[in-house]
Amino acid sequence: MSLTGVVRPYGDTTGDGRVQLSFTLPVPFGDETERARAEGAALQLAAKMGLDPAMVVHAKGMGPDFTFFVVYGRVSHLVDLSAVTVAEREFPVLPAAEVNLRIRSALGRKLVVVGACIGTDAHTVGIDAILNVKGHAGEKGLEYYREIRVVNMGAQVGVADLVARAAAEHADAVLVSQVVTQRDAHLSNTREMSAAFHSGFGLQRPLLVVGGPRFDPSAAHDLGVDKIFGRGTTPSEVASYLVHALASQGEAA
Amino acid sequence: MTSKLNLDPVVVASARDLARRAGEPVTKLARTHTTVSVERAVLRLAGLDGADEDGMPWVNRLADAVRETTGLEHGVALPIWDAMLTGGYPDLRTLAVDAAAGLVKFRLPAGHEGDAARKAAFRSVEKGISRIDAQRAERDKMIAATSDPAMPWIYLIVATGDIYEDIPQAQAAAREGADIIAVIRSTGQSLLDYVPEGATREGYAGTYATQENFRLMRAALDDTSRELGRYIRLTNYASGLCMPEIASLAGLERLDMMLNDCMYGIIFRDINPVRTFIDQRFSRQVHARAGIVINTGEDNYLTTADAVDAAHTVVVSQLLNEYFGSEAGLADAQLGLGHAFEINPEIPDSFMLELAHAQLVRELFPDAPLKYMPPTKHMTGNVFAGYLLDAFFNLCGVMTDQSILLIGMMTEGIHTPFLSDRDLALENVRYVRRAAGRLGQEFRPDPDGFVARRARQVLGESVDLLRKIGSQGLLNAIADGTFGVTKRPADGGRGLDGVLERAEGYYNPASEILEVNR
Repeated sequence: MSLTGVVRPYGDTTGDGRVQLSFTLPVPFGDETERARAEGAALQLAAKMGLDPAMVVHAKGMGPDFTFFVVYGRVSHLVDLSAVTVAEREFPVLPAAEVNLRIRSALGRKLVVVGACIGTDAHTVGIDAILNVKGHAGEKGLEYYREIRVVNMGAQVGVADLVARAAAEHADAVLVSQVVTQRDAHLSNTREMSAAFHSGFGLQRPLLVVGGPRFDPSAAHDLGVDKIFGRGTTPSEVASYLVHALASQGEAA
Repeated sequence: MTSKLNLDPVVVASARDLARRAGEPVTKLARTHTTVSVERAVLRLAGLDGADEDGMPWVNRLADAVRETTGLEHGVALPIWDAMLTGGYPDLRTLAVDAAAGLVKFRLPAGHEGDAARKAAFRSVEKGISRIDAQRAERDKMIAATSDPAMPWIYLIVATGDIYEDIPQAQAAAREGADIIAVIRSTGQSLLDYVPEGATREGYAGTYATQENFRLMRAALDDTSRELGRYIRLTNYASGLCMPEIASLAGLERLDMMLNDCMYGIIFRDINPVRTFIDQRFSRQVHARAGIVINTGEDNYLTTADAVDAAHTVVVSQLLNEYFGSEAGLADAQLGLGHAFEINPEIPDSFMLELAHAQLVRELFPDAPLKYMPPTKHMTGNVFAGYLLDAFFNLCGVMTDQSILLIGMMTEGIHTPFLSDRDLALENVRYVRRAAGRLGQEFRPDPDGFVARRARQVLGESVDLLRKIGSQGLLNAIADGTFGVTKRPADGGRGLDGVLERAEGYYNPASEILEVNR
């Protein structure tokens, strides 16, 4: 199938442009007049979003002040596939045995990974999914790799403690997970962390890897880290990245 | 209740006995030690509240001042009430201000002076306990004046970070059918070694647990309870480094349920195991007195471990929570033991496995108000599939007669729930209750079929693990990564420096009252 050209959303016929969406408006859905006005309001929003024609298939009052809508409609927008940009993965995903082999030949010792949730973030689910031997999505975590030594510092680790531990363990890579995003805490925490490593280690710093469901994977440079992983990342992707990045570092040195 | 699973009563009794034996050495530790937070709880029960200009509570300032002079091994009560009497202080606040300024010379009184300090301390703390008793009576009165909703109770969460936003959301949720409102705490509060003060409007992924926030929300829900003619229960978290203080505040402000697990803080917050067990025992004594139902956190194990492979660790933890809870004076009806619907929906027979686990827990703890948690781990972002999975969770909940259903959101893991997410979730559970609410009465799994055999297998694995924990010691088992696949050594984690062995002549008026109460 060609990935160039122009497409529209597909409902049940090529080019029909049909989409569905749901939303809530802070409008009452009480008597007949209110209901008519609420549906009109929903249709106005749909029209402004490019749905023409649009149909309110479901409206339900939630308490005295809100109405929930499900709307179907036809969008007039075109998707230009040639203008779609994606970040291509710059490394191959390797099986665990291959990762171990490459670490042995490149380093001649175990690769050391220090992981933590930093700041006030207590959600260790992400970092544990990557590090714990139990792993995630049917893949074993980094603890399972014979040639990787994992130090999982857990939740709410201070940046200074993380830097000190990374130094003490001679970490090759530091993995930081950030789930909480209120007030962009994940971004400010990451910047604080990367600044501390840059000033504490200079050019000899470990690889800095962050992960979390709300990061923009293309923002690594801006945040001062080497790599950002998003939702759905598996341990083998992280392991493969580490091997790839450390190998290319070795070549550069 | 007749067993639907053909459980062997001898095996069940031996599981309980093993849990007791595993827990006893830890209880002994809790009886012979105290913590900074237990001592601060004594001061809170005696009515000391408020904070200095930096927001540090006076209970912390006062307890720290005592710790620096006489130490805390004898408890705060004797040195503090001695200073009250000899210094002629009108109240604890005035003493705390002076103590924080280094103006008070604490000592350990002996003889008549010791007796006088002990009596004064007892009288002050007794007032706090009386207020807890009055709040318990007030709850009964409110329930009589409104009504007690039928089980399963519908449990909904609010978590805006701003108590003044939480209140209308909680009231709206109650009007839409919630029986229990839980105010999620701000991320990170568990690791604060003090309880923030006052009404708070900023939090991260939740709202700080403070005495004033408790009071405001309870008052608002009292209004809503009267409006709806149905008592709406309020839940918060007695966990983290300030567990005993928060338990005390909950009793004083008439919270109805508190998250309070024997191992959650250890496993998931890396709080020192010894600190946790000491704090936990005191907080459960307070909860027992206050008529508060605790909720335990076994559901969390299944978010890191596999829900099939680790099913028995949930049962083991429930048995331990039951032992520790009963030992601290909680009635069975106060043991909201937790578990969860977290099996990977891709595996064959996953629903039958869930039924087996849920029914097993129901039969092991027939009088406990079990709290059943919805799927989180396998909520993928496909909100339509997630809505279906939540319906199966609700179905399993009504079929196995669970007491408290935390309502699953189809947008779990995507964002804090939209108003519409909550509304749809309630529509889901209402439908399941209406359509299949009585199905449990007719649900009779084949005694030798898949469900019953699986339940017996999990029980057998639980007994094996309890035996192993018994020979190894509970603290060593935790250090070994037995629960939640996380290793937590007894000398690691946060808060160990706040643990003290009780010295000869240790005095804690709250413990005296709460132990006698049993």
